[in-house]
Amino acid sequence: MTTATDWRGVASENKDDLPEKVSLLLRTRSRKLLTDLLSPHRKAIALLSAVIVCSSGAGLAIPYLVKVGIDSGIPPMARGEGSGTLLTVIAVILAAAVTQALTRQAFLKMSGRIGQDILLELRRRVFDHFQRLSLSFHEKYTSGRVISRLTSDIEAIAELLQSGFDGLVTAVLTMFGTAALLLILDVHLGLVALVPLPILLLFTRWFRRQSALTYRRTRETVALVIVHFVESMTGIRAVQAFRREPRNQEIFGQLNTDYRDANARAMQLIAVFMPGIKLIGNLTIAGVLIYGGWLAFHDEVTVGVLAAFLLYLRQFYEPMQEISQFYNTLQSAGAALEKLSGVLEEEPSVPEPPRGAELARARGEVRFEGTAFSYVPEMPILPRLDLTIPAGQSVALVGATGAGKTTLAKLIARFYDPTEGRVLLDGVDLRDLDETTLRGAVVMVTQENFLFSGTVAENIGFGRPGASRKEIVEAAEAIGAHEFISALPDGYDTEVGKRGGRMSAGQRQLVAFARAFLADPSVLILDEATSSLDVPSERLVQRALRTILADRTALIIAHRLSTVEIADRVLVMDKGVIVEDGSPEQLVASSGRFAGLHQAWLDSLA
Amino acid sequence: MPPDTNSPRRPLLASNSLWRMRSYLRPHIGKLVFIWLVAILGIAASIAFPLVGKEVIDAEQTADLLPLGLLAVGVGVAEALMIFLRRWVQTKPVLGLETEIRDDLYEHLQRLPMAFHSDWQSGQLLSRATTDLSTIRRFLGFGMLFLVMNVIQLTTVTIVLLNMYWPLGLLVAASAVPIIWVSLRFEKKYIKISRQVQDEQGDLATLVEESAIGIRTIKAFGRRHHVYDSFDESARKVYATSIDKVGLSAKFFTFLEVIPNFTLALVLLLGALAVGTGGLTLGTLVAFTTLMLQLVWPIASLGYILAMAQESMTSADRVMEVMDTVPSIRDGSETIEDPRGHLRLEGVGFRFPGAERPVLHDVWLDVRPGETVAVVGATGSGKTTLTALVPRLVDVTSGRVTIDGHDVRDLKLSVLRDVVATAFEEPTLFSMSVRENLTLGHREATDEEVREALEVAQATFVYDLPWGLDTRIGEQGMSLSGGQRQRLALARAVLSKPKILVLDDTLSALDVETEALVEEALRHVLREATGIVVAHRASTVLLADKVALLRGGTITHVGTHQELLADVPEYRELLAQDADMSEEGALR
Repeated sequence: MTTATDWRGVASENKDDLPEKVSLLLRTRSRKLLTDLLSPHRKAIALLSAVIVCSSGAGLAIPYLVKVGIDSGIPPMARGEGSGTLLTVIAVILAAAVTQALTRQAFLKMSGRIGQDILLELRRRVFDHFQRLSLSFHEKYTSGRVISRLTSDIEAIAELLQSGFDGLVTAVLTMFGTAALLLILDVHLGLVALVPLPILLLFTRWFRRQSALTYRRTRETVALVIVHFVESMTGIRAVQAFRREPRNQEIFGQLNTDYRDANARAMQLIAVFMPGIKLIGNLTIAGVLIYGGWLAFHDEVTVGVLAAFLLYLRQFYEPMQEISQFYNTLQSAGAALEKLSGVLEEEPSVPEPPRGAELARARGEVRFEGTAFSYVPEMPILPRLDLTIPAGQSVALVGATGAGKTTLAKLIARFYDPTEGRVLLDGVDLRDLDETTLRGAVVMVTQENFLFSGTVAENIGFGRPGASRKEIVEAAEAIGAHEFISALPDGYDTEVGKRGGRMSAGQRQLVAFARAFLADPSVLILDEATSSLDVPSERLVQRALRTILADRTALIIAHRLSTVEIADRVLVMDKGVIVEDGSPEQLVASSGRFAGLHQAWLDSLA
Repeated sequence: MPPDTNSPRRPLLASNSLWRMRSYLRPHIGKLVFIWLVAILGIAASIAFPLVGKEVIDAEQTADLLPLGLLAVGVGVAEALMIFLRRWVQTKPVLGLETEIRDDLYEHLQRLPMAFHSDWQSGQLLSRATTDLSTIRRFLGFGMLFLVMNVIQLTTVTIVLLNMYWPLGLLVAASAVPIIWVSLRFEKKYIKISRQVQDEQGDLATLVEESAIGIRTIKAFGRRHHVYDSFDESARKVYATSIDKVGLSAKFFTFLEVIPNFTLALVLLLGALAVGTGGLTLGTLVAFTTLMLQLVWPIASLGYILAMAQESMTSADRVMEVMDTVPSIRDGSETIEDPRGHLRLEGVGFRFPGAERPVLHDVWLDVRPGETVAVVGATGSGKTTLTALVPRLVDVTSGRVTIDGHDVRDLKLSVLRDVVATAFEEPTLFSMSVRENLTLGHREATDEEVREALEVAQATFVYDLPWGLDTRIGEQGMSLSGGQRQRLALARAVLSKPKILVLDDTLSALDVETEALVEEALRHVLREATGIVVAHRASTVLLADKVALLRGGTITHVGTHQELLADVPEYRELLAQDADMSEEGALR
């Protein structure tokens, strides 16, 4: 029986979990990526540093100038000796304020631009890299992770660049500047003001550690809430049909409570930290007031110095609160950078050749020479295969699930590279073929008929860049899809909706066929491509296939034997080995497996 | 598709939705009062602190220093304590509010029918349950409090300043005007540009999603560069808008800092004159400058908080829009004591709201207990809609569906959905253990029953998964093939031994051999249950005792497979592939 918490089940790895300890020191690969991203901006960053120092300097000068105004400007005026000094001081304050404003604005704009440049570059790099990585990578990594790398992780870094960076730099500069100025203004009073500094640092360190824990916990719990919520909503049909609601409510309630508790912990931590900083600040100010008041009373410091101290101490403690906020941003950006650099480190297992051979027009002869393939060495999927498919032949692959049919197809499409031997197209090793030539020559249609958001015409046109509307319509006509497309509200300009959601599975498949037909490859691979069609549509496609396959090499994988009938040659596979090879008629006439399957199929139709 | 879900803009006052959420605050009323009191005391302390400083500076004798200093310490500690109490006590009501609304929202969403869910993408619902609720939480928890606190602080400090030395006080009050004006304008622009960035990021995310999910297609056609170009274009849009956003906030924050500094300079100038003429003590001038700086943040944040208020009202509207949707499928009250499973469709029709033509009309079908009917029809003929009518995933728009003589709309949903179980063509697996995925609403199922169901569905492969029935599957767990998923969906449906079993083309992804095995086992199950089987293939049709042909939205023929094959050309066209294949075979 299930208990309250074991409903999730066990999974071997949670690759997306935050690293146990995200240290401020990033791993080498992340540091390298960071340096790489920053290096084009080296000059701008140097200029930026100069600007921020000016800006902070001007800002820090103001309380000092107030002091000068009070101490040196007011007394002569009070004595009736004119207001020259005071006016000068005021003028300098105004100048400082203007300088600070201008430099600060420049800083914000420049750093913002650099940040956006870096983000754009990072987005481009990661996206391009994902597109280069092989299918085997994507199968393991899953689309969900790809999406979060390119969205939430990039956003974490954006957050750091946008808010955190500015805050940190300003805070650090202000703190050091203030500390130095306090000591310059008055050593004794300055030392009193800086006494709490070690406590402050210890307190901040404690907070940082705690907040790393709570932050992690919040992230984990909210992720669970989101997954459960989204899955309940997308699977609402099953939820309602199977009366899952009460159990779901129970689980959601628990997850929601966990999330609340994690959030509460985070908020309580801040509830301690913020007033804690305030307390240290206030006590320091009180201390400065008492000691400073006493010194002032004995004329050892001026009132101006005291006023400056009070203004500076405010500036000193405010950024501390910002730094604490900043820490979470820094941490998630660090974790994101780790993950992104990890992705960029992946090498495509099916690399494009640097200078690939080009074929003007492939004939479509496919040859396997001693080809072997395995995911793990001790478990070969294809032990060793020698096979020639002459140009123009249609070959049907038959066999049980796991016989290696799809692997064979993927080797021809070069979604994978063989672990041993070679696969040749017109006598050229696929690994030496130029990417564009290869993709122009070999096209694979699977049952995952993916449609991009956009119009029907755009989706068909995806098969060949720059195809005209006329060619698109002709392709649809050839495949028998023209009729239903014309009947759509906007014909070829109908938006297909998210992932083709506004069309039936059969209609999506017809569009996918038209796309493949438009691409006009020399070798066409159909992997279970007709399985989602109903019989009339399938028949329609099969009729079209006869024309389409006439002058090109084809490899057809199908569970349904009806599809097999249109092939010139049938290969029966078992455990990665071809056990029967011949024309459909020959094999039906023999007493092999295919004949058996065929008979069973005929029986099922009776 | 209930019509009331189609009007996202209701003629309501914006704040109305937010006001309606007050009931969630009611249980925490005591704490809330406490927080407000503490907040006000905190303000008082923060104002008092510089005033004590003034006294220290103006102190006439050393003896006064120590008590005043201790007072400063006391006030400083009090201020920190008040902040601590406010934040600490606030945690529970504020988070409680969010959590309770989220629970209720989820509960409500689970009650809303399929029609609602097919109109709303789960992403939209999620953003209401997360982003919108956090926005509301932040406003009700912090924003509202800060709004009032800021106003109090502003007025009090201004009064104190006016009291200290009115000309300077007036000056400071006047300097607040441009700040308030600019920050209000800034917020408006900022919200607009932020939304634009968000939208553009959304577009970018869609491209990312498609590029990730459609990776096979992209690779198959070698269109990497094409996809990269559209991504790049979209990314550059985000870049340009973000740069504008940075520029906007750079200007604003600079302005925020420059005005107080200018005011400070003026205060110093005029203050010095006043000290010169004896109208002001030095201590007052110092206190004045410190207090004045206390105003900067409350003034500057006013715009931010008002924007937050506006946003939370929009969020409340968005949440309430969902909460106000009345479930169009309401629970009945009748139960069936000992269900036999006699299913009748009596003149059933179904039309999507606003659609011109009905999907189904005048459907009559009688399935006696223990009988199995195959429903055959072309793509889009309404087969799936028909099967959804039985467990009331959608309701008929005319006619009625009865089980053992009860209109399904009169039955308790829990009873109805116990009697009827459906295996869908596209199986939904949740990121949970296999066991949880199988039992779903039937937690009482024993291991024995689970095994039986798995055997019927030929899905005993789950015992070979790394952790057997405890292995997590679904998006976040072990990935399974299409055929494996369908078999699990089937096992789920037969697990509860329903009286009425609906199979919506459940076997389409299985290979021939497995399909044969599953069908063999299903025959036993269907002997004891009433069955509705949606079929594309002759082999599946053979599970049924009779076949109903669905054409043009209604059942045109009912009979055995052989009868229909012989008498109905349309049926032959749909299913009898063998006829035309064997002819062609004969030709060769």
